[in-house]
Amino acid sequence: MQRSNTYVIVFSAILTIVLGGLLSLANQGLKPMQQRSVELDNKKKILGSVTDLTGKKGKEILQLYDETIESYVVDIEGNKVEKDEKGNPIVAENVNIAKMSKLPPEKRLYPVFCYHSPGNEDDIQAYILPMYGKGLWGAIFGYIALETDMNTIKGISLDHESETPGLGARITSKEVQNRYIGKKIFDDAGTLVSVTMLKGERHPASQLDDHHIDGMSGATLTGNGVNAMIMDYLGYYLKFIEKNRGAANKTASL
Amino acid sequence: MSTETIEKQEVQKKPAEPILSKRRKKFVLDPLSDDNPITIQVLGICSALAVTTQLKPTLTMAISVTFVMVFSNLAISLMRKLIPNRVRIIVQLAVIATLVTLVSEFLKAYQYDMYKELSVFVGLIITNCIVMGRLEAFALANKPWDSILDALGNGAGYSWIILTVAFFRELFGSGSLFGWKVFEAIGFPNFPTNGLMVTSVGAFFILGLIVWVQRIKTGYVER
Repeated sequence: MQRSNTYVIVFSAILTIVLGGLLSLANQGLKPMQQRSVELDNKKKILGSVTDLTGKKGKEILQLYDETIESYVVDIEGNKVEKDEKGNPIVAENVNIAKMSKLPPEKRLYPVFCYHSPGNEDDIQAYILPMYGKGLWGAIFGYIALETDMNTIKGISLDHESETPGLGARITSKEVQNRYIGKKIFDDAGTLVSVTMLKGERHPASQLDDHHIDGMSGATLTGNGVNAMIMDYLGYYLKFIEKNRGAANKTASL
Repeated sequence: MSTETIEKQEVQKKPAEPILSKRRKKFVLDPLSDDNPITIQVLGICSALAVTTQLKPTLTMAISVTFVMVFSNLAISLMRKLIPNRVRIIVQLAVIATLVTLVSEFLKAYQYDMYKELSVFVGLIITNCIVMGRLEAFALANKPWDSILDALGNGAGYSWIILTVAFFRELFGSGSLFGWKVFEAIGFPNFPTNGLMVTSVGAFFILGLIVWVQRIKTGYVER
Protein backbone atom coordinates (compact mmCIF):
# COMPACT_ATOMS: atom_id res chain seq x y z
CA MET A 1 0.00 0.00 0.00
CA GLN A 2 1.49 3.31 -1.11
CA ARG A 3 1.10 6.12 1.39
CA SER A 4 1.30 9.84 0.78
CA ASN A 5 4.50 11.72 1.47
CA THR A 6 2.78 13.76 4.16
CA TYR A 7 1.85 10.57 6.02
CA VAL A 8 5.41 9.29 5.82
CA ILE A 9 6.86 12.56 7.11
CA VAL A 10 4.36 12.92 9.95
CA PHE A 11 4.82 9.29 10.94
CA SER A 12 8.61 9.65 11.02
CA ALA A 13 8.41 12.88 12.98
CA ILE A 14 6.14 11.40 15.65
CA LEU A 15 8.27 8.28 15.92
CA THR A 16 11.43 10.34 16.32
CA ILE A 17 9.90 12.49 19.03
CA VAL A 18 8.55 9.52 20.98
CA LEU A 19 11.80 7.56 20.80
CA GLY A 20 13.94 10.62 21.50
CA GLY A 21 11.82 11.50 24.51
CA LEU A 22 12.12 7.97 25.81
CA LEU A 23 15.89 8.08 25.53
CA SER A 24 16.38 11.43 27.20
CA LEU A 25 14.06 10.32 30.00
CA ALA A 26 16.16 7.21 30.58
CA ASN A 27 19.36 9.21 30.36
CA GLN A 28 18.20 11.77 32.94
CA GLY A 29 16.76 9.13 35.24
CA LEU A 30 19.86 6.97 35.25
CA LYS A 31 22.45 9.72 35.41
CA PRO A 32 23.01 9.82 39.20
CA MET A 33 23.41 6.05 39.29
CA GLN A 34 25.83 6.16 36.37
CA GLN A 35 27.93 8.86 37.99
CA ARG A 36 28.14 6.77 41.14
CA SER A 37 29.26 3.79 39.06
CA VAL A 38 31.97 5.84 37.37
CA GLU A 39 33.17 7.26 40.70
CA LEU A 40 33.28 3.80 42.28
CA ASP A 41 35.12 2.44 39.29
CA ASN A 42 37.69 5.21 39.52
CA LYS A 43 38.29 4.70 43.23
CA LYS A 44 38.48 0.97 42.68
CA LYS A 45 41.29 1.51 40.19
CA ILE A 46 43.19 3.84 42.52
CA LEU A 47 42.98 1.42 45.43
CA GLY A 48 43.50 -1.55 43.13
CA SER A 49 47.06 -0.45 42.47
CA VAL A 50 48.00 -0.90 46.14
CA THR A 51 45.67 -3.53 47.57
CA ASP A 52 43.66 -6.52 46.51
CA LEU A 53 39.98 -5.65 46.36
CA THR A 54 38.53 -9.02 45.28
CA GLY A 55 35.31 -9.82 47.07
CA LYS A 56 34.86 -6.28 48.40
CA LYS A 57 31.54 -4.59 47.77
CA GLY A 58 31.00 -1.06 46.48
CA LYS A 59 30.25 0.48 49.88
CA GLU A 60 33.27 -1.13 51.54
CA ILE A 61 35.52 0.16 48.78
CA LEU A 62 34.24 3.74 49.12
CA GLN A 63 34.72 3.56 52.89
CA LEU A 64 38.22 2.15 52.54
CA TYR A 65 39.01 4.92 50.08
CA ASP A 66 37.90 7.59 52.54
CA GLU A 67 40.01 6.04 55.29
CA THR A 68 43.22 5.45 53.40
CA ILE A 69 43.53 7.93 50.55
CA GLU A 70 44.50 11.56 50.81
CA SER A 71 44.76 13.40 47.56
CA TYR A 72 46.20 16.65 46.25
CA VAL A 73 47.29 18.15 42.97
CA VAL A 74 50.78 19.20 41.87
CA ASP A 75 52.11 21.03 38.82
CA ILE A 76 54.99 19.94 36.61
CA GLU A 77 57.48 21.46 39.06
CA GLY A 78 56.14 19.23 41.81
CA ASN A 79 54.58 22.11 43.77
CA LYS A 80 51.17 21.74 45.30
CA VAL A 81 48.35 23.55 43.51
CA GLU A 82 45.32 24.24 45.64
CA LYS A 83 43.25 26.63 43.59
CA ASP A 84 42.59 27.00 39.92
CA GLU A 85 42.82 30.28 37.96
CA LYS A 86 39.40 31.34 39.14
CA GLY A 87 40.23 30.65 42.76
CA ASN A 88 38.09 27.56 43.11
CA PRO A 89 39.57 24.69 45.11
CA ILE A 90 40.79 21.80 42.97
CA VAL A 91 39.75 18.28 43.88
CA ALA A 92 42.21 15.66 42.70
CA GLU A 93 39.46 13.12 42.06
CA ASN A 94 37.80 15.51 39.62
CA VAL A 95 40.86 16.18 37.50
CA ASN A 96 40.23 14.58 34.14
CA ILE A 97 43.51 13.02 33.01
CA ALA A 98 42.23 12.37 29.50
CA LYS A 99 41.35 16.05 29.03
CA MET A 100 44.60 17.14 30.70
CA SER A 101 46.63 15.09 28.25
CA LYS A 102 45.54 17.45 25.48
CA LEU A 103 47.23 20.43 27.15
CA PRO A 104 50.98 21.00 26.95
CA PRO A 105 52.68 19.12 29.85
CA GLU A 106 53.68 22.26 31.76
CA LYS A 107 50.10 23.51 31.92
CA ARG A 108 48.56 20.28 33.18
CA LEU A 109 47.50 19.43 36.69
CA TYR A 110 48.89 16.24 38.16
CA PRO A 111 46.84 14.55 40.88
CA VAL A 112 48.64 12.58 43.58
CA PHE A 113 46.89 10.03 45.75
CA CYS A 114 48.67 9.23 49.00
CA TYR A 115 47.90 5.83 50.44
CA HIS A 116 48.26 5.84 54.21
CA SER A 117 47.35 3.49 57.04
CA PRO A 118 43.67 3.86 57.97
CA GLY A 119 43.01 7.12 59.75
CA ASN A 120 46.68 8.15 60.06
CA GLU A 121 47.56 10.63 57.33
CA ASP A 122 51.23 10.92 58.31
CA ASP A 123 51.97 7.25 57.89
CA ILE A 124 52.17 7.30 54.10
CA GLN A 125 52.77 3.92 52.52
CA ALA A 126 52.60 4.70 48.83
CA TYR A 127 52.14 7.46 46.29
CA ILE A 128 49.64 6.63 43.55
CA LEU A 129 50.01 8.50 40.27
CA PRO A 130 47.56 8.43 37.36
CA MET A 131 48.67 7.73 33.79
CA TYR A 132 47.09 8.06 30.38
CA GLY A 133 48.31 6.95 26.98
CA LYS A 134 47.62 5.28 23.69
CA GLY A 135 47.27 1.55 23.20
CA LEU A 136 46.83 -0.17 19.88
CA TRP A 137 43.18 0.70 19.23
CA GLY A 138 42.35 3.39 21.73
CA ALA A 139 43.22 5.01 25.00
CA ILE A 140 44.88 3.13 27.84
CA PHE A 141 45.04 4.44 31.37
CA GLY A 142 45.85 3.42 34.88
CA TYR A 143 47.56 4.16 38.16
CA ILE A 144 51.08 3.38 39.26
CA ALA A 145 51.85 3.13 42.97
CA LEU A 146 55.37 3.93 44.20
CA GLU A 147 56.73 2.94 47.60
CA THR A 148 57.93 5.79 49.84
CA ASP A 149 61.49 5.39 48.49
CA MET A 150 59.95 6.74 45.25
CA ASN A 151 61.78 4.04 43.35
CA THR A 152 60.15 0.67 43.95
CA ILE A 153 56.81 -0.05 42.32
CA LYS A 154 54.26 -1.17 44.87
CA GLY A 155 51.64 -2.01 42.30
CA ILE A 156 49.94 -0.93 39.13
CA SER A 157 46.41 -0.97 37.79
CA LEU A 158 45.77 -0.69 34.09
CA ASP A 159 42.65 -0.34 32.01
CA HIS A 160 41.84 0.32 28.38
CA GLU A 161 39.18 1.52 26.04
CA SER A 162 39.23 -1.01 23.23
CA GLU A 163 42.27 -3.29 23.23
CA THR A 164 41.80 -6.73 21.70
CA PRO A 165 40.09 -9.09 24.17
CA GLY A 166 42.40 -11.91 25.16
CA LEU A 167 45.48 -10.13 23.81
CA GLY A 168 46.05 -6.47 24.64
CA ALA A 169 43.10 -6.44 27.01
CA ARG A 170 45.15 -8.71 29.27
CA ILE A 171 46.72 -5.58 30.77
CA THR A 172 43.65 -5.51 33.03
CA SER A 173 44.46 -8.92 34.49
CA LYS A 174 46.17 -9.19 37.87
CA GLU A 175 48.51 -11.76 36.38
CA VAL A 176 50.07 -9.17 34.07
CA GLN A 177 49.89 -6.28 36.54
CA ASN A 178 51.63 -8.28 39.28
CA ARG A 179 54.71 -8.50 37.07
CA TYR A 180 55.43 -4.86 37.91
CA ILE A 181 55.51 -5.31 41.67
CA GLY A 182 58.94 -4.74 43.20
CA LYS A 183 60.52 -3.38 40.01
CA LYS A 184 62.59 -0.15 40.16
CA ILE A 185 62.16 2.98 38.08
CA PHE A 186 65.62 4.53 38.67
CA ASP A 187 68.94 2.90 37.82
CA ASP A 188 71.91 2.88 40.20
CA ALA A 189 73.14 6.25 38.90
CA GLY A 190 69.76 7.80 39.73
CA THR A 191 68.54 8.24 36.16
CA LEU A 192 64.93 7.57 35.35
CA VAL A 193 64.77 4.42 33.22
CA SER A 194 61.23 3.26 34.01
CA VAL A 195 60.14 -0.35 33.60
CA THR A 196 59.86 -1.86 30.14
CA MET A 197 57.62 -4.68 29.06
CA LEU A 198 59.51 -6.93 26.66
CA LYS A 199 58.25 -8.26 23.33
CA GLY A 200 56.95 -11.81 23.63
CA GLU A 201 56.18 -13.94 26.63
CA ARG A 202 57.89 -16.50 28.89
CA HIS A 203 61.31 -14.88 28.89
CA PRO A 204 63.95 -16.66 30.98
CA ALA A 205 64.37 -15.08 34.38
CA SER A 206 67.89 -13.94 33.43
CA GLN A 207 66.44 -11.37 31.02
CA LEU A 208 64.09 -9.92 33.59
CA ASP A 209 66.01 -7.54 35.79
CA ASP A 210 64.79 -4.63 37.91
CA HIS A 211 63.72 -2.66 34.85
CA HIS A 212 62.28 -5.30 32.55
CA ILE A 213 59.21 -7.47 32.81
CA ASP A 214 57.77 -10.29 30.74
CA GLY A 215 55.58 -9.16 27.82
CA MET A 216 52.27 -10.30 26.45
CA SER A 217 52.39 -12.67 23.51
CA GLY A 218 50.42 -11.26 20.58
CA ALA A 219 50.08 -7.82 22.13
CA THR A 220 53.42 -6.16 21.56
CA LEU A 221 51.85 -2.92 20.36
CA THR A 222 49.68 -2.63 23.47
CA GLY A 223 52.79 -3.39 25.50
CA ASN A 224 54.68 -0.60 23.72
CA GLY A 225 51.83 1.75 24.53
CA VAL A 226 51.99 0.82 28.20
CA ASN A 227 55.77 1.32 28.21
CA ALA A 228 55.48 4.76 26.63
CA MET A 229 52.68 5.75 29.01
CA ILE A 230 54.60 4.80 32.14
CA MET A 231 57.78 6.48 30.91
CA ASP A 232 55.88 9.67 29.95
CA TYR A 233 54.04 10.07 33.21
CA LEU A 234 57.01 9.22 35.42
CA GLY A 235 58.74 11.96 33.44
CA TYR A 236 55.95 14.44 34.11
CA TYR A 237 56.00 13.61 37.81
CA LEU A 238 59.81 13.53 37.92
CA LYS A 239 60.19 16.79 39.88
CA PHE A 240 57.59 15.68 42.38
CA ILE A 241 59.20 12.25 42.68
CA GLU A 242 62.68 13.71 43.17
CA LYS A 243 61.45 16.11 45.84
CA ASN A 244 59.93 13.31 47.85
CA ARG A 245 62.85 11.05 47.10
CA GLY A 246 65.23 13.59 48.59
CA ALA A 247 63.05 13.84 51.68
CA ALA A 248 62.95 10.07 52.04
CA ASN A 249 66.73 9.75 51.67
CA LYS A 250 67.35 12.51 54.21
CA THR A 251 65.27 10.85 56.89
CA ALA A 252 67.01 7.59 56.07
CA SER A 253 70.49 9.08 56.48
CA LEU A 254 69.58 10.89 59.69
CA MET B 1 -35.05 -13.31 13.44
CA SER B 2 -34.33 -14.86 16.76
CA THR B 3 -32.72 -17.92 15.24
CA GLU B 4 -30.42 -15.74 13.21
CA THR B 5 -29.05 -13.90 16.22
CA ILE B 6 -28.38 -17.19 17.97
CA GLU B 7 -26.45 -18.38 14.97
CA LYS B 8 -24.40 -15.20 14.90
CA GLN B 9 -23.53 -15.55 18.54
CA GLU B 10 -22.36 -19.07 17.90
CA VAL B 11 -20.01 -17.83 15.25
CA GLN B 12 -18.58 -15.26 17.61
CA LYS B 13 -18.16 -17.83 20.35
CA LYS B 14 -15.70 -19.79 18.28
CA PRO B 15 -13.04 -20.54 20.92
CA ALA B 16 -10.06 -18.19 20.92
CA GLU B 17 -6.76 -19.77 20.06
CA PRO B 18 -5.05 -21.01 23.24
CA ILE B 19 -2.15 -18.86 24.39
CA LEU B 20 0.23 -21.66 23.55
CA SER B 21 -1.44 -23.51 20.72
CA LYS B 22 0.40 -26.03 18.60
CA ARG B 23 0.96 -23.41 15.93
CA ARG B 24 2.39 -20.96 18.44
CA LYS B 25 4.61 -23.51 20.13
CA LYS B 26 6.27 -23.90 16.77
CA PHE B 27 7.33 -20.22 16.88
CA VAL B 28 9.23 -20.87 20.07
CA LEU B 29 10.56 -24.35 19.43
CA ASP B 30 11.60 -24.13 15.78
CA PRO B 31 14.40 -21.58 16.25
CA LEU B 32 15.93 -23.71 19.00
CA SER B 33 17.13 -26.31 16.55
CA ASP B 34 15.48 -26.81 13.15
CA ASP B 35 15.52 -23.14 12.26
CA ASN B 36 18.26 -21.86 14.55
CA PRO B 37 19.31 -18.30 13.71
CA ILE B 38 23.02 -19.02 14.14
CA THR B 39 23.59 -22.59 12.99
CA ILE B 40 20.96 -22.83 10.23
CA GLN B 41 20.33 -19.26 9.10
CA VAL B 42 23.95 -18.29 9.90
CA LEU B 43 23.02 -14.86 11.25
CA GLY B 44 24.55 -13.01 14.20
CA ILE B 45 27.90 -14.74 13.81
CA CYS B 46 29.98 -11.67 14.66
CA SER B 47 28.74 -11.36 18.22
CA ALA B 48 28.86 -15.14 18.63
CA LEU B 49 32.60 -14.88 17.98
CA ALA B 50 33.35 -11.67 19.80
CA VAL B 51 31.76 -11.92 23.23
CA THR B 52 32.05 -15.62 23.92
CA THR B 53 35.47 -15.80 25.59
CA GLN B 54 33.76 -16.01 28.98
CA LEU B 55 30.35 -17.05 30.20
CA LYS B 56 29.47 -13.96 32.21
CA PRO B 57 29.58 -11.37 29.41
CA THR B 58 28.00 -13.94 27.11
CA LEU B 59 25.05 -14.32 29.47
CA THR B 60 24.63 -10.55 29.65
CA MET B 61 24.77 -10.39 25.87
CA ALA B 62 22.21 -13.20 25.50
CA ILE B 63 19.79 -11.47 27.87
CA SER B 64 20.32 -8.10 26.17
CA VAL B 65 19.73 -9.46 22.67
CA THR B 66 16.63 -11.36 23.76
CA PHE B 67 15.29 -8.25 25.49
CA VAL B 68 15.87 -6.10 22.41
CA MET B 69 14.32 -8.71 20.17
CA VAL B 70 11.17 -9.20 22.24
CA PHE B 71 10.45 -5.50 22.59
CA SER B 72 11.35 -4.51 19.05
CA ASN B 73 9.25 -7.37 17.68
CA LEU B 74 6.38 -6.25 19.90
CA ALA B 75 6.71 -2.60 18.93
CA ILE B 76 6.94 -3.26 15.21
CA SER B 77 4.10 -5.75 15.33
CA LEU B 78 1.87 -3.23 17.10
CA MET B 79 2.71 -0.61 14.48
CA ARG B 80 2.69 -2.98 11.51
CA LYS B 81 -0.43 -1.48 9.94
CA LEU B 82 0.82 2.08 10.42
CA ILE B 83 4.38 1.79 9.19
CA PRO B 84 4.73 3.18 5.66
CA ASN B 85 6.36 0.57 3.50
CA ARG B 86 8.91 2.96 2.03
CA VAL B 87 10.52 3.83 5.37
CA ARG B 88 10.05 0.54 7.19
CA ILE B 89 13.76 -0.29 7.42
CA ILE B 90 14.52 3.08 9.00
CA VAL B 91 11.63 2.65 11.44
CA GLN B 92 12.93 -0.77 12.42
CA LEU B 93 16.40 0.61 12.90
CA ALA B 94 15.14 3.48 15.03
CA VAL B 95 13.21 1.14 17.30
CA ILE B 96 16.14 -1.25 17.66
CA ALA B 97 18.64 1.53 18.24
CA THR B 98 16.45 3.04 20.96
CA LEU B 99 16.14 -0.27 22.78
CA VAL B 100 19.85 -0.98 22.47
CA THR B 101 20.70 2.44 23.87
CA LEU B 102 18.35 1.77 26.78
CA VAL B 103 20.11 -1.53 27.50
CA SER B 104 23.46 0.22 27.31
CA GLU B 105 22.37 2.99 29.71
CA PHE B 106 21.01 0.48 32.21
CA LEU B 107 24.20 -1.55 32.08
CA LYS B 108 26.23 1.60 32.62
CA ALA B 109 24.19 2.46 35.70
CA TYR B 110 23.90 -0.92 37.35
CA GLN B 111 26.56 -3.21 35.85
CA TYR B 112 29.44 -0.88 35.14
CA ASP B 113 32.09 -3.59 34.91
CA MET B 114 29.98 -5.50 32.44
CA TYR B 115 29.36 -2.29 30.52
CA LYS B 116 33.10 -1.73 30.18
CA GLU B 117 33.76 -5.32 29.20
CA LEU B 118 31.08 -5.53 26.53
CA SER B 119 31.76 -1.95 25.41
CA VAL B 120 31.11 -1.76 21.68
CA PHE B 121 29.34 -5.09 21.44
CA VAL B 122 26.21 -3.83 23.18
CA GLY B 123 25.99 -1.08 20.59
CA LEU B 124 26.55 -3.65 17.88
CA ILE B 125 23.30 -5.42 18.80
CA ILE B 126 21.83 -2.82 16.46
CA THR B 127 23.54 -4.48 13.55
CA ASN B 128 22.82 -8.00 14.75
CA CYS B 129 21.14 -9.48 11.70
CA ILE B 130 18.92 -11.72 13.79
CA VAL B 131 17.04 -8.80 15.32
CA MET B 132 16.29 -7.02 12.10
CA GLY B 133 15.74 -10.30 10.28
CA ARG B 134 12.93 -11.22 12.66
CA LEU B 135 11.32 -7.79 12.32
CA GLU B 136 11.40 -7.95 8.56
CA ALA B 137 10.40 -11.60 8.24
CA PHE B 138 7.93 -11.93 11.07
CA ALA B 139 6.82 -8.93 13.11
CA LEU B 140 5.74 -6.89 10.09
CA ALA B 141 3.18 -9.52 9.14
CA ASN B 142 2.07 -11.05 12.43
CA LYS B 143 0.10 -10.24 15.57
CA PRO B 144 1.85 -8.95 18.72
CA TRP B 145 1.62 -12.11 20.83
CA ASP B 146 2.87 -14.31 18.00
CA SER B 147 5.72 -11.87 17.46
CA ILE B 148 6.73 -11.98 21.12
CA LEU B 149 6.82 -15.78 21.00
CA ASP B 150 8.85 -15.66 17.81
CA ALA B 151 11.34 -13.27 19.43
CA LEU B 152 11.58 -15.42 22.56
CA GLY B 153 12.21 -18.48 20.43
CA ASN B 154 14.89 -16.84 18.35
CA GLY B 155 16.43 -15.19 21.40
CA ALA B 156 16.64 -18.58 23.10
CA GLY B 157 18.03 -20.16 19.94
CA TYR B 158 20.74 -17.49 19.81
CA SER B 159 21.40 -17.67 23.56
CA TRP B 160 21.93 -21.40 23.88
CA ILE B 161 24.36 -21.47 21.00
CA ILE B 162 26.54 -18.59 22.24
CA LEU B 163 26.40 -19.92 25.82
CA THR B 164 27.56 -23.34 24.61
CA VAL B 165 30.39 -21.75 22.67
CA ALA B 166 31.34 -19.65 25.71
CA PHE B 167 31.20 -22.70 27.98
CA PHE B 168 33.86 -24.52 25.99
CA ARG B 169 35.95 -21.42 25.33
CA GLU B 170 36.10 -20.38 28.96
CA LEU B 171 36.67 -23.94 30.15
CA PHE B 172 39.58 -24.67 27.83
CA GLY B 173 40.82 -21.12 27.31
CA SER B 174 40.83 -19.87 30.90
CA GLY B 175 40.21 -23.09 32.84
CA SER B 176 37.19 -21.60 34.56
CA LEU B 177 33.41 -21.33 34.37
CA PHE B 178 31.78 -18.02 35.31
CA GLY B 179 35.21 -17.09 36.67
CA TRP B 180 35.27 -20.11 38.99
CA LYS B 181 38.50 -22.04 38.54
CA VAL B 182 37.27 -25.52 37.64
CA PHE B 183 40.55 -27.29 37.17
CA GLU B 184 42.04 -25.93 40.40
CA ALA B 185 38.96 -27.10 42.24
CA ILE B 186 39.21 -30.68 40.98
CA GLY B 187 42.93 -30.87 41.60
CA PHE B 188 44.65 -29.89 38.36
CA PRO B 189 46.07 -26.47 39.18
CA ASN B 190 48.50 -26.74 36.25
CA PHE B 191 45.94 -27.59 33.58
CA PRO B 192 47.39 -26.24 30.32
CA THR B 193 44.93 -23.67 28.98
CA ASN B 194 44.58 -23.35 25.24
CA GLY B 195 45.41 -19.88 23.94
CA LEU B 196 43.54 -20.61 20.72
CA MET B 197 40.26 -20.71 22.61
CA VAL B 198 40.73 -17.15 23.83
CA THR B 199 40.92 -15.79 20.29
CA SER B 200 38.00 -15.62 17.87
CA VAL B 201 39.46 -18.54 15.95
CA GLY B 202 38.53 -20.82 18.81
CA ALA B 203 34.92 -19.75 18.48
CA PHE B 204 34.93 -20.69 14.80
CA PHE B 205 36.08 -24.21 15.65
CA ILE B 206 33.47 -24.71 18.34
CA LEU B 207 30.71 -23.19 16.26
CA GLY B 208 31.72 -25.44 13.37
CA LEU B 209 31.60 -28.50 15.62
CA ILE B 210 28.16 -27.53 16.94
CA VAL B 211 26.85 -27.10 13.39
CA TRP B 212 28.35 -30.44 12.43
CA VAL B 213 26.83 -32.35 15.35
CA GLN B 214 23.50 -30.66 14.81
CA ARG B 215 23.36 -31.52 11.13
CA ILE B 216 24.22 -35.14 11.77
CA LYS B 217 21.22 -35.29 14.11
CA THR B 218 18.72 -33.36 12.02
CA GLY B 219 19.96 -34.44 8.61
CA TYR B 220 19.72 -30.82 7.43
CA VAL B 221 21.40 -30.13 4.11
CA GLU B 222 21.90 -26.72 2.60
CA ARG B 223 20.32 -26.37 -0.79
